[in-house]
Amino acid sequence: MSTSTSTQPAGPVATARSTVSDEHSARLRRTARNRRGAREIVFHVVTLLIVAVILYPAVWMVVSAFKPSNQIVGNVGIIPTDASFDNFTKALQGIGGVSFWTFFKNSLILAVLSVVGIVISCSVSAYAFARIEFPGRKIFFSLMIGTLLLPFHVVIIPQYIVFNNLGLVNTFIPLLIGKFLAAEAFFVFLMVQFMRNLPRELDEAARIDGAGHVRIFTAIMLPLMKPALVTSSIFAFIWSWNDFFGPLLYLKNPDLYSMPIALRLFVDQTTTSDYGAQMAMAVLALVPVLLFFLVFQRYLVEGVATQGLKG
Amino acid sequence: MTLTAEAPPTRAARPARRPSSRRRSLREAGAGYAFLTPWLLGFLLLTAGPMAASLYLAFTDYNLFAPPQWVGLENFTRLFSDPNYTQAWKVTALYVVVGTPVKLLASLLVAMLLNNAFRGKGFYRSAFYLPSLVGASVSIAIVWKAMFIDGGVVDRGQQLLGFSAGGWVGDPNRTVPMLILLTVWQFGAPMVIFLAGLKQVPTELYEAAAVDGAGPVRKFFRITLPMLSPVLFFNLLLETIHAFQIFNSAFIISNGTGGPARSTLFYTFYLYIRGFQDFQMGYASAMAWVLVLVVGAISLVLFQTQNRWVHYSGESK
Repeated sequence: MSTSTSTQPAGPVATARSTVSDEHSARLRRTARNRRGAREIVFHVVTLLIVAVILYPAVWMVVSAFKPSNQIVGNVGIIPTDASFDNFTKALQGIGGVSFWTFFKNSLILAVLSVVGIVISCSVSAYAFARIEFPGRKIFFSLMIGTLLLPFHVVIIPQYIVFNNLGLVNTFIPLLIGKFLAAEAFFVFLMVQFMRNLPRELDEAARIDGAGHVRIFTAIMLPLMKPALVTSSIFAFIWSWNDFFGPLLYLKNPDLYSMPIALRLFVDQTTTSDYGAQMAMAVLALVPVLLFFLVFQRYLVEGVATQGLKG
Repeated sequence: MTLTAEAPPTRAARPARRPSSRRRSLREAGAGYAFLTPWLLGFLLLTAGPMAASLYLAFTDYNLFAPPQWVGLENFTRLFSDPNYTQAWKVTALYVVVGTPVKLLASLLVAMLLNNAFRGKGFYRSAFYLPSLVGASVSIAIVWKAMFIDGGVVDRGQQLLGFSAGGWVGDPNRTVPMLILLTVWQFGAPMVIFLAGLKQVPTELYEAAAVDGAGPVRKFFRITLPMLSPVLFFNLLLETIHAFQIFNSAFIISNGTGGPARSTLFYTFYLYIRGFQDFQMGYASAMAWVLVLVVGAISLVLFQTQNRWVHYSGESK
């Protein structure tokens, strides 16, 4: 960057010598730049090759959705010869009298309510962990971290029994209640980490002005937390959208199916050779996730990066 | 009441400060618990309560219809003579022990490849991250199955290279490797975390090592690895715990059977079958608690050994 300053001639006496060394250093710089250029090309070739391998399954899925069913399995190519939307029309017909859009709508309701629940409950709880001194805070914080590591299978059986006794199987409530009770520690943790990095002088100044915790939280913290809230919302949406286990347990009525279990039913019901329609349905089930990825990739990647660091 | 009783002497010493500060800390505690209410309720109703309940159920025979019957340790003794249970441990252990290190190694290597000053890193990082976002979905499980089936794309590729062996989906010896490939494919999330860790390694360390004549291998083992060890610890812990819980892909690829030849009967899959297909809630609870104890023991060992190999530098807390 600052190579020119280092080779400035000191004065008239040094001119003869410095032209020689100037030429020499220019050559050195050129070879260094060439070597750097060559290394950069090698880097891009290697990395692009890995990208091609990694993205191949996703590209293959999308392309296959446009191919006739008998040309999918074993067809390595990713350029369709006779592309058509036939598979999509078949996928959009729905399953067993239930429209595709019913599944889509169910998934959307679940995902949107998950986002609402997580943003509210986790930000409020995170404020308590990050900004209020109260007895028991440290213990609760450790317990919260503990739930982050706990295999959730140890709670699903009693939860199922209770929801079953309350007649809540075949409703969305078992899938959503945890979102409104900050049960997903990942988001609480992410927001606590974010809030801890906000300057404390802000709330102290507000306190001197007589603001209570409710004011500080709503008027100061929430606006500043926007990046963390956006990251959490995107993850909450995508995880809810992709969730398979919860709907598998609690949604028995096809009218209530979310996309992933509808997709599973679709695969079960179509003849195994109808790969085209299966691929089309698989693609349709991922469209919102892919859209979120394209629009918010930076938030997602940054969210993952910070999550791992300050522990 | 008690406050006023002991107030006079303190008031004499420090006028009016103590009661008000105590009242303030009381108010702080009230506010703390008020704000913590959602999490606290969730913790009690959805985690702690159910954990206690499943611990009780683990010692009972319960099928949802008749009340639970206390059977003592019978569920646990039955576990160890249940061939399906042994099988579930076998495939799960293989998946965890092979899949996690391979995934972490891949993510570390690619992170080091991307940790340079060249352009286009943002694009590569996002492209590598995409599989982590979609990998656990039903869609990708269906794609994986279609790719690894007899005569599928992977089989074709093997034929071209001259070592075709038929499909992976129907071969009990290759279903776990197929699912390991699926998890390794999702190396992007740990890679992003490694990359963030690599950025925090001070470049002066490498410059000083270069002056001392250290080569790339020594730089890696003397600087990169120690500086990265907190991040490595975090990734290892989370990926291991995560790997124990594989379910979706095995369920979809085996059509909910755990086949062929029980080769995809992973731990949580078998738990699901016992609990929610056979409605043996007591047995499934015992399985769940064994899993918690095993995962807890592994976490404990990792945390206990961390001061031997995890290096926390002075400035990071």
